[in-house]
Amino acid sequence: MSVGAPRALASSGQKPITEILHPLSAAEEPLSATVGGDKQEVGLTNGTPVETSSPASTSSLFNRLQLDDDLEADVRDPYADSSETRDLFVTVDDPKKHVSTMETYITYRVSTKTSRVEFDLPEYCVRRRYQDFDWLRIKLEDSQPTHLIPPLPEKFVMKGVVDRFSEEFVETRMKALDKFLKRVADHPVLSFNPHLNAFLTAKDLNKRQGLALLSKVGESVKHVAGGYKLRARPAEFCAMGEYLDTFNQKLGTIDRIAQRILKEQSEYLTELREYGSVYSSWVGSEDELLRPLEGVAGCVTTSCGALEDLGENMSQDFLPVLREYVLYIESMKNVLRKRDQSQAEYEGRLEAAILRKQEDRTPMPVEVEKCQDKMECFNADLKADWERWQSNKRQDFKQLLTGMADRNINSYEKSQAAWESLITLLQDKQTEDKTSETN
Amino acid sequence: MMADSGSNEEVAVIGNTDITSTESESNIINTMVERETALLRKMEINVAEAEKRTGKNTVNMQETYTVYLIEIRPAETVPGVGAPAAPDTLWRRYSDFELLRTFLLVTYPYIIIPPLPEKRAEFQWHKLSADNLDPDFVERRRVGLENFLLRVASHPVLSNDKIFFFFLTEEKGWREAVLETGFQDKADSRLKSLSAMFRVKNPDKRFTAMKQYSDELNTVISQLLRVRARVADRLYGVYKVHGNYGRVFSEWSAIEKEMGDGLQSAGHHMDTYAASIDDILEEEEHYADQLKEYLFYTDAVRSVCKKHDLIQYELEMAAQDLVSKKQQREELATGTVRVFSLKGMTSKLFGTESQEQRESRLAALEQSIQEGEEALKEKNTECQEFVQMAWEDIERFKEQKDKDLREALISYAIMQISMCKKGIQVWSNAKECFNKM
Repeated sequence: MSVGAPRALASSGQKPITEILHPLSAAEEPLSATVGGDKQEVGLTNGTPVETSSPASTSSLFNRLQLDDDLEADVRDPYADSSETRDLFVTVDDPKKHVSTMETYITYRVSTKTSRVEFDLPEYCVRRRYQDFDWLRIKLEDSQPTHLIPPLPEKFVMKGVVDRFSEEFVETRMKALDKFLKRVADHPVLSFNPHLNAFLTAKDLNKRQGLALLSKVGESVKHVAGGYKLRARPAEFCAMGEYLDTFNQKLGTIDRIAQRILKEQSEYLTELREYGSVYSSWVGSEDELLRPLEGVAGCVTTSCGALEDLGENMSQDFLPVLREYVLYIESMKNVLRKRDQSQAEYEGRLEAAILRKQEDRTPMPVEVEKCQDKMECFNADLKADWERWQSNKRQDFKQLLTGMADRNINSYEKSQAAWESLITLLQDKQTEDKTSETN
Repeated sequence: MMADSGSNEEVAVIGNTDITSTESESNIINTMVERETALLRKMEINVAEAEKRTGKNTVNMQETYTVYLIEIRPAETVPGVGAPAAPDTLWRRYSDFELLRTFLLVTYPYIIIPPLPEKRAEFQWHKLSADNLDPDFVERRRVGLENFLLRVASHPVLSNDKIFFFFLTEEKGWREAVLETGFQDKADSRLKSLSAMFRVKNPDKRFTAMKQYSDELNTVISQLLRVRARVADRLYGVYKVHGNYGRVFSEWSAIEKEMGDGLQSAGHHMDTYAASIDDILEEEEHYADQLKEYLFYTDAVRSVCKKHDLIQYELEMAAQDLVSKKQQREELATGTVRVFSLKGMTSKLFGTESQEQRESRLAALEQSIQEGEEALKEKNTECQEFVQMAWEDIERFKEQKDKDLREALISYAIMQISMCKKGIQVWSNAKECFNKM
């Protein structure tokens, strides 16, 4: 799959930059020379230029001070641009509980390191709560309706069913928020959104006012008149829709399988624990067999521990990512629908204009051209984001599944080590006995 | 993997953990063989095959049953020289084995008689069939029967039994020969010894302890087998659900471009993983069988202890009987009544007896006392002999049990290692495929 953002403003008459093959086609696209992660050209839609490396002093300072863990994150981070072009680094960590008279909630530390001129300082550190992330996402959706906005972890949790303040829950949520922010920060368009800037920098995130002006940007795009019927959706967008539906289905199945495995493992664990305790109780009536029996009981216990860890890990790291992608798919389908609407509006207006033209020879109204531009922008943005999304998805799932394999391997290794050391122990005893007997 | 030749050690040394569990199992059999009895010096015993037969039973009804082929070969003195001789063979069915064992039980009540494999499958986890005609069950039974024969053949006392020898060598006429020994008469008293509730005044502490140990062992092994079956069931479920990944990865790969191949092959590995549990659990059945043998052994231990109780009780009764008779004699001689006797009472009530009557009674009593003393001496000797032989066998059994169970636990550990290795292999393969996504 060749990857690249559109290099210039999309306009009518120009061929779409990337022809997406129908995902269900059997034809193999020849692999382009992309190695590892994306090679994102940072040329953009909407005409906003991006400086890859600012000559400003903050940039050189920044480069010298680039921290190790950021570098590491770069290597690990599957949706990172190549490190030469990345100039905005964000992290979400350090959850803390706040108790006030009205409510109890968790805040997270949001750290930013950047060399971009849009930011006054090279570093920022603020505390945000989930509500703030939610605000950001809504603002991004409103102001950039033609782009795919990454999803947030689920907003509502059933009080009483899930403990909102348990370590596990907070940890899982925090990782998802971190991922969300990183994805936004890596997006060539979204990362320049003023709302993001405010989110990352403002001491007190004033949601009610102050940013009202900024939110005017892109509003014309937001309001797409409803009521227009779409005639013919281009094949590539049909394909996207179908792909998303099938992928959604498969993710659901994988989620169910993973949950079933967790359940079966948990029941196995229960029995295994009892099994180990029977060996322990046997020890009481034996003499010569004391060591082997204790040894076996010990190994079973170790295996139980390994299995427990495996289950916890899968529950905390694997399932949330699956669910996140389901949310992602939902939001993508929304964007596809909006695109459809945009196309429908254009076609509708065009038809009406043509009819009027036939009647009284008025020139093509500006509106219609605007609509066309809107639609073509939308299509281009969407295609670019789709490619990026596909690439990220590939990395994410590669990481997810290799992680799953690693955890299983790890669990077996722990168990194997325990049993092997038991055999060594028993063999040593055996040779000990032999030499003492022959002496 | 055998014990060092040239030493008298009967311990099989496991040199490395790559030994398979079947090798470890055969170590147990080899240690039995090395415990050289006259019988095993002469011959090699195998239960080679199992076959289904149909025939008319004792009530003239058609039935299907399984017969087992016993092969006897002359023991090789120089291995590998010349062609191996053709074995002598005969067919026996399970009920023949049962008859043999009952005979041994009755004839050697002071010996812990090796148990037979179970008649009906117990402690099964759900997948295994409990059907007696199921080929896996028949196969495991074949192994169990061979094990039984080798245990008997390697026993210092039992291996010399003539009926056992005929069992191995005379197909026809064996049943008649057994019945001719008249062992059933002794069998009744054996039944009595097992079920009787009687109190021994001076129990032999060693036997009491042994019986208690045997009961404890019985309890714990039963528990272990029951839980193990549940564990096997659960583990089966875990592995099999992973097979679903195979299917969904395959379906998913159809809509993917670069990811497709990696997903598809990873899916195959998930299928392999799911399938691997069958062999793993099959192997574990051997371990369960080893435990079961000792579970059944505890019954044999218990019955030896019970028999001892009976003999001890009879001895105490005989002694008590003699004491009471001697007291009676004393009374009769001195005229004092210390011990109540019906004759004494009636003679008091209905008139004193004559001198003649008294003397004849005394004479009868003397006779009885003499017989009683003979009986007591016999009983005492019987008891002492029983204790000596039984305790010798118990010591032998304890050593054997410690060694065998230790081997079994080691082979179980090896099985676990093998299972872990297989798991690591499959997941590593899957990981490679994921990396290629």
